[in-house]
Amino acid sequence: MPDQIPMVEYLVLGDQPHLEANECTNCGARFFDRRVACASCSGQEFRKVPVPTEGEVRSFTIVTPFVPDTEPYVPAVVDCGGTSVRGLVVNTPPDPEHVSLGMKVRLTTFSIGADSTGTEAINYGFEPVD
Amino acid sequence: MANDDLWILGIHMTKFGKYPNLEPVDLAAEAALAALADGGVTMKDMGVLAAGNLMGAGAGIGQQLQKQIGQTGIPVYNVANACATGATALRTVVMAIKAGECDMGLAVGVEKLSGAGMLGGGMGAPKSEEWTRSGRYGAVASLEGKTGTDMMPGVFAQVGMEYGHKYGGTSFELFARISHKNHKNSTLNPLAAIQKDMSVEQIMNEPMIAYPNTRAMCSANTDGAAAAVVVSGERLRSMPKEAQRRAVKIAASVLTSDPYQEACQILPDVNTLTRQAATTAYEQSGVAPEDLDLVELHDCFATAELVHYDNLMLCEEGGAVDFFESGATWRDGSTPVNVSGGLESKGHPIAATGIANVWEICHHLRGEAGDRQIEGANVGLAHVIGLGSACGVHILEKSSL
Repeated sequence: MPDQIPMVEYLVLGDQPHLEANECTNCGARFFDRRVACASCSGQEFRKVPVPTEGEVRSFTIVTPFVPDTEPYVPAVVDCGGTSVRGLVVNTPPDPEHVSLGMKVRLTTFSIGADSTGTEAINYGFEPVD
Repeated sequence: MANDDLWILGIHMTKFGKYPNLEPVDLAAEAALAALADGGVTMKDMGVLAAGNLMGAGAGIGQQLQKQIGQTGIPVYNVANACATGATALRTVVMAIKAGECDMGLAVGVEKLSGAGMLGGGMGAPKSEEWTRSGRYGAVASLEGKTGTDMMPGVFAQVGMEYGHKYGGTSFELFARISHKNHKNSTLNPLAAIQKDMSVEQIMNEPMIAYPNTRAMCSANTDGAAAAVVVSGERLRSMPKEAQRRAVKIAASVLTSDPYQEACQILPDVNTLTRQAATTAYEQSGVAPEDLDLVELHDCFATAELVHYDNLMLCEEGGAVDFFESGATWRDGSTPVNVSGGLESKGHPIAATGIANVWEICHHLRGEAGDRQIEGANVGLAHVIGLGSACGVHILEKSSL
């Protein structure tokens, strides 16, 4: 089993992979990036909170990539129990017949490749809940 | 005219299109000189200059322009505010005159954007032999296409789809029909970069850029410039009657940024700041949305036009689809929107856009819009959004002289 690292710092790997937000201890606003202060209340204290792994597609698009002969990808906004998350819809054909507003999805993880030391970087996406 | 009213005295936009042999400053100079001539004034009359050229934001387009058309030593404000750069230049001149620092000023926006491709979406972390974290998300690879998209067509596609999820009634075809309206309008505008009446079917069959926006539903990357001379009411009263008759009153001039909303750092929220700008503009001017004879709004993508019907309160909240379906936004409707052809066909040379849309409104209020004149136009609204975000709204009224 090669070493694995998350592609972004807000992805937590392990038995139950999930996303982790920086939550403002004052107002509860949630962010996924490294914070200076809160954009909502300017508070400077944050705690790490797990984000639910199931959600609903609130918006999506299907992007035709620049590179010829590569598959379109499906950026989406997923409402995970009240926290909005950015991620691709994966494991379903990238067309409007298979992706729809309001569809139920769940977090999934997959490798994007290994570096020269054999360490795999793991990305996340959201797949349809059948 | 009250002393503290502000007026557009002269205004001009170049034809939008491709100018391979001209530099941005050449286009800016063309627009500036024509706006000055339109107002019957010269650089010597200007007390302030605000200028924007987003792609060359570090280069000082204002001073470059002065070196071509008149170095009079006045203060120059080089502004950059994404796609709201032109509106920001105009607003800067308005603020200087309002503050009493001068009684006349020039605002200029220029861009060379032909062949620029899709904008937005930094390509992110460099490839390296070993995974290395960088950026505010601690990413080991570019996030574009891995966690979402920051490319403009995909961002604004999601803006329109989000509206559809919230209120229902949207479809690929609906967005294509909005685009069809604007392309049809462009056939009457000789300054539009693309003058081509495209059927709904043609629009839907164009290459898909970011569903549901095909190429024809995206703003056209073009070159162009626009400039406006702003004057105080007090100074205008000392000018010839003809200048007073053609002057257009700036009934409201508003700029906002995006206030925090849940999810606004996941998908940019272009709604709240537009609604706030519109609310303030209607209050400032005493104009109600139903009073508007025409609107030029920021249709950087067909999906964006729909949500701004609602954000500018042209319809009831949640009612943008029904509003469009009613025919209200066509040339012969109750609130004609983007009779210029909109950014999808007129073109979107970024920093010029926020003055060019004011030019379009002025052209109609002065009764000078020729074949595309909206008859009897007395009041209009110009709106731009710059992602990041900034929103400019100007409400303009015909002179009562």
